[in-house]
Amino acid sequence: MSTARTRIRRRRWWLEVGWKYFFAVVVVFYAVFPLVYVLSASLNPRGTLSGSNNLFSAFDLSNFAALGATSYWTWVGNTLLVGGVSAVGAVIMGASAAYAFSRFRFRGRRVSLTSLLIVQMFPQALAFVAIFLMLLAIGEIVPALGLNSKLALICVYLGGALGANTFLMYGFFNTIPIEIDESAKIDGATHAQIFWRLIIPLVTPILAVVALLAFITAFGDYILAKIVLTSEDNWTLAVGMYQWVSNQLASRWGLFAAGAVIAAIPVLALFLSLQRFIVGGLTQGSVKG
Amino acid sequence: MAQPQVLTPPSRPPRESHARSWRGIGWGFIVKLIVMGLINALGIMAILSAFSAQSWILLGVTAALVLAADVVYFTKRALPLKYLMPGLVFLLVFQVFVFGYTAYIAFTNYGTGHAGSQEQAVDAALIQGERRIEGSETYPLSVVERFGEYGLAINDDGDVRVGSAASPLTDVGTAPAGQAPASVDGWTVVPRTQVITDQELQATIEALRVPFSDDPNDGSIRTRDGSTGVLYTPTMVWDAEAGTITDTVNGTVYTADDATGSFVADDGTRLPAGWYVNVGFDNFLRVFTDPSLAGPLLSVTGWTFAFAAGSVVISFGLGLVFALVFNDPRVRARKYLRTLIILPYAFPAFMSALLFRGMFNAEFGVINDLFFFGSQINWLGDPWLAKAAVLWVNVWLSFPYWFLVCTGALQALPSDTLEAASIDGAGRWRQFRSIVLPLLLVSTAPLAISSFAFSFNNFTVIYMFNAGGPAIPGAPYTLGSTDILISAIYRVSGVAGGAADYGLASALSIIVFIVVGVISAIAFRQTRKLEEFQ
Repeated sequence: MSTARTRIRRRRWWLEVGWKYFFAVVVVFYAVFPLVYVLSASLNPRGTLSGSNNLFSAFDLSNFAALGATSYWTWVGNTLLVGGVSAVGAVIMGASAAYAFSRFRFRGRRVSLTSLLIVQMFPQALAFVAIFLMLLAIGEIVPALGLNSKLALICVYLGGALGANTFLMYGFFNTIPIEIDESAKIDGATHAQIFWRLIIPLVTPILAVVALLAFITAFGDYILAKIVLTSEDNWTLAVGMYQWVSNQLASRWGLFAAGAVIAAIPVLALFLSLQRFIVGGLTQGSVKG
Repeated sequence: MAQPQVLTPPSRPPRESHARSWRGIGWGFIVKLIVMGLINALGIMAILSAFSAQSWILLGVTAALVLAADVVYFTKRALPLKYLMPGLVFLLVFQVFVFGYTAYIAFTNYGTGHAGSQEQAVDAALIQGERRIEGSETYPLSVVERFGEYGLAINDDGDVRVGSAASPLTDVGTAPAGQAPASVDGWTVVPRTQVITDQELQATIEALRVPFSDDPNDGSIRTRDGSTGVLYTPTMVWDAEAGTITDTVNGTVYTADDATGSFVADDGTRLPAGWYVNVGFDNFLRVFTDPSLAGPLLSVTGWTFAFAAGSVVISFGLGLVFALVFNDPRVRARKYLRTLIILPYAFPAFMSALLFRGMFNAEFGVINDLFFFGSQINWLGDPWLAKAAVLWVNVWLSFPYWFLVCTGALQALPSDTLEAASIDGAGRWRQFRSIVLPLLLVSTAPLAISSFAFSFNNFTVIYMFNAGGPAIPGAPYTLGSTDILISAIYRVSGVAGGAADYGLASALSIIVFIVVGVISAIAFRQTRKLEEFQ
């Protein structure tokens, strides 16, 4: 009697819960296999596609060491510079715009909010021809802002800063009670003091998310980085690493795998540690894929 | 209610509590002053160099921006603008203006062979036919330098004349006849030893040509050895009045044609150098009427929609199924499971696409090797397999996003509604179809639209994975079968090399802008209808 009952209960457990563990194995395999493969390829000293298929058949750091002989670390520096400055700029611009929209009532506020929403629907990357020609013209006057300048690329990225981030931050700013501002104002604080010393510390979570998203966008962009940065020592990782594997015959697979592991681990770590905030941010607007 | 109090100004300012001492020493103002000083200085520098390059548009824009910044930050009015201005400037210049500029280029024939003004085209045409006339005069010459720009200084019978590639020769002084100028006002004379020993400099000097005067028909000075200059004169003659270029060697007359922006001879031959002109709707018409272009573009457009829709639908479906399955409190270690599932999303997208490029390789790829028993399936070379593969890659990249979003949305569902439904006898499927899915769609539909728009222009994945290949046979600009519109535009534009057609590329961009705009508008209207469910 009792054995029959446990059998029924066990069958029910299998039907309702147990199979999910098997399913989880399949899903995790689907999600993780390419990542495990790239890790294994980075440790494989043969450094070609053909030799990399036996997972973890070798353990050797020669690919990582060989990165030093390439421009890899220059590209890492460029990427960090371009991504970092764009992230900081995007945060400052987005936060101050969101503050203005959230705290001040001025003429044209609704219209500007709506136009921002419309403008952000049209990706900057589609206008790359005009960006290219414009930088060509600017470069004749101010070479520091022309083609092949990291500063110019940062400016281009900052052009999209307002559209992509204002709404994300605007929603967050609105959750901060306006009474805080008012009491500070009564105590004699100026609007700048309220912004820098009261509001900014209160909204740090969303600032972190926006910074990370802006950094990842700059990190992963190829088309604009490719047309703006023309010389090899100015390339970012996306432009540089593409050269390694785009040519099937001369493909430097081991280098690519090692470079990918090094570049991805910090991004993965940041992403996973900020996961909670990012999920909130993503569902409110910004999209990666 | 507090007691009514008569406010009287205190005779002495009361000691403020520490928490209320907002007034510092005015650091903010000093910082503002420094930043504005820098902006003004840089702005004036840009204005000056725009003035010397006679670039009036850039001068005007820079002046307007600097002036606006000063007005906004040094007056007490327009407080919100103080916060909006930095972002707004970048938005206006690098996004709004760029869109407008795209529209402008779309109506021109800007591109290879039509890259500048008519004046520049004349110069280019004359330079192309420049010859050294037998027995022409030679001048003693020095190489000069100013701010990294090289120029040539000649001694023309006692007059020192100097110029560079951008500025024609001008008189700057006198020197004893027959000697190379030893010093030139405003320029540094490069020592001859350096000209001889520095290979790179030598190449620069040999390529340098300095226009003899403002009239391109006068030719230019060039040098081979860095010590004597020779006058090269064009074999073509430009007649500005008649707008014709005459080839003095064979007598052909090329007439400037303002409709096409090129110099055309009577027999129809054209000079390679032209200028850009407004061509009206020609670029747009070409997209639809040129049969060699219209066919491939139509298939590219179809694939763009299929790719974007497929990416969203499949990854949304996968994410939803996973979310439904693992949103079960009885499954243990869900936190770790979730972390593992979102790994593809956290891995940089361009690297995943490159990684899959190697994994799908027909000969050495791990996918054929491990999962298809070593058979050589040509994933990247076959049009349909390549499409399937790139869709697979994009789904792999984006399903975790939908998993996260759906998990969040499921947890936010009102549990009382579901409870009521199950008490009323609704089965699992019925609950899902009538309650869970509609409510889920309300919160996820706007995300699906932006995700669609993103995939629609996901250049990185397409280009990194297979560069749009394999090529469609016979298509111009080597369009490929996995090319989506934006990567097709990239090829047409020629910014990556090859013949450039900025006009056509911009026209295509405008068409894509319109498509994206229309889709977003329709979709947002539909989502508003969905919201009425609630």
